[in-house]
Amino acid sequence: GGVITDVSLLLPQAPSSVNVAMFGCDTFEKVIRTFRLARQSMGEIVSACEFMDRTCMKAVNEQLSLSSPFPDPHPFYFIVETSGSNQEHDMDKLEAYVGRVFEEGAADDGVLATSKDQAARLMALRENIAPALKQLGYNYKYDVSLPLGQMYSLVEKVRKVLQSVEGSHIGSYGHIADGDLHLNPISPRYSKAVLGMIEPFIYEEVAKLRGSISAEHGLGLKKANYLKYSKDSEVIEMMRTLKEVFDPNHIMNPYKLLPWK
Amino acid sequence: AVVSTQSTGVIDYAVKIRVRPDSLGVVTDGVKHSMNPFDENAIEEAVRMKQKKIVKEIVVASCGPSQSQETIRTALAMGADRGIHVEVPAGTDADLQPLAVAKIFSKLVEKEKPDLVILGKQAIDDDANQTTQLLAGMLDWPQGTMASVVNAADGRLTITREIDGGLEDISVSLPAVISADLRLNEPRYATLPNIMKAKKKKIEKMTPENLGVDITPRLKILNVVDPPVRQAGEKVPDVSTLMEKLKEKGHL
Repeated sequence: GGVITDVSLLLPQAPSSVNVAMFGCDTFEKVIRTFRLARQSMGEIVSACEFMDRTCMKAVNEQLSLSSPFPDPHPFYFIVETSGSNQEHDMDKLEAYVGRVFEEGAADDGVLATSKDQAARLMALRENIAPALKQLGYNYKYDVSLPLGQMYSLVEKVRKVLQSVEGSHIGSYGHIADGDLHLNPISPRYSKAVLGMIEPFIYEEVAKLRGSISAEHGLGLKKANYLKYSKDSEVIEMMRTLKEVFDPNHIMNPYKLLPWK
Repeated sequence: AVVSTQSTGVIDYAVKIRVRPDSLGVVTDGVKHSMNPFDENAIEEAVRMKQKKIVKEIVVASCGPSQSQETIRTALAMGADRGIHVEVPAGTDADLQPLAVAKIFSKLVEKEKPDLVILGKQAIDDDANQTTQLLAGMLDWPQGTMASVVNAADGRLTITREIDGGLEDISVSLPAVISADLRLNEPRYATLPNIMKAKKKKIEKMTPENLGVDITPRLKILNVVDPPVRQAGEKVPDVSTLMEKLKEKGHL
């Protein structure tokens, strides 16, 4: 907890050249290869790397009528966005990258947006996943970070666990550059039984892989009691001691972050 | 068929336009240019016709400075077979007006002898909506403008046109000139394999002089201004005041 006493805004110049390419990959390993090639060939202009799976693409297609740029479905999709100051340079880099991906067979299909409208439509497929998945049922939302190679293994484990639940889905997507996975197991309605099947199972699996149970959205109220899956007890006690020093009356951001005693 | 992208590429329609300080045009330097949206529809239609075997070869032509090559490459990546770049020096391309473009195209038609020319209905920079009509007149060919549906049968085309009153169906014989409207189709993305193939496709270069065309502009732009700033409205406390005000301003 804390009190904001002053704010300054550092505003960077908006990039004049923004481009988007999207790929269809038949294995997660290909997603990783395509992603790595992006970092290698275009490092400094890459502004976003996102992946999404078939369940997410199907959801945005069917629930929100946003069409896929690919005629055939793929198990995984990878989107890369570049931002820079020189359209010609950036396009050259992007075309060279796309050429490499094609030659090395790193992806199974790909498209390049040739106008701002196309770029916006490709990004919209990723940005509308959450509302689209909501239409499929109750989403138990998890936001975890994992080592790159293990990211999808967790999804497969949860899929196995939910096999017996009728009408269940599992949609996953995320900021692959940060190793961040948004995992959305879905059941037709909220069910304590289903929740029990996946939690603390997911946190235990993440801890085994030495990932973080809360990649970007913080622990807040709901995950405070799970801090133990990311930090060991001595660290937690140290955090608690520090907080006591600054907030002996527990008035700053109560019940958040630290496990409830 | 011959398809055109008409221009060098226009300022991407999603970009916010700014009027130049000298009021003679809009700022184009460093601003993202993309293919004219209606030209995208035109090329997409040509590619679909080729897929349905109505058309054998798609030649895409564009008039403008060296950046036109980019729009031609995009068209090649969408499925056109070869390109023609009619090079016009940079800086003068803003003066390339519909009449000059139509003249250039009529010379290209003489050269290439296509059965069909598909253009975008208008370029979003000047919104002229003239080139197709001028070209059809020069060639003495039938025209189907603002096409939202095109079907081919027995050497004729039936075209549905979007007009102010609704939709109009016409039938034209070939050869003909068509201009594409937004609802004609959803243009495809440039796919990886096609982007690679496009690099090997030929783009022929020539100048208006090679074609014997004088592109000197006949129209001069006097002034370009922003639309007037919207004035603040006035809030009134009740209906009787509203009626008073309306009467005052002569609206009742």
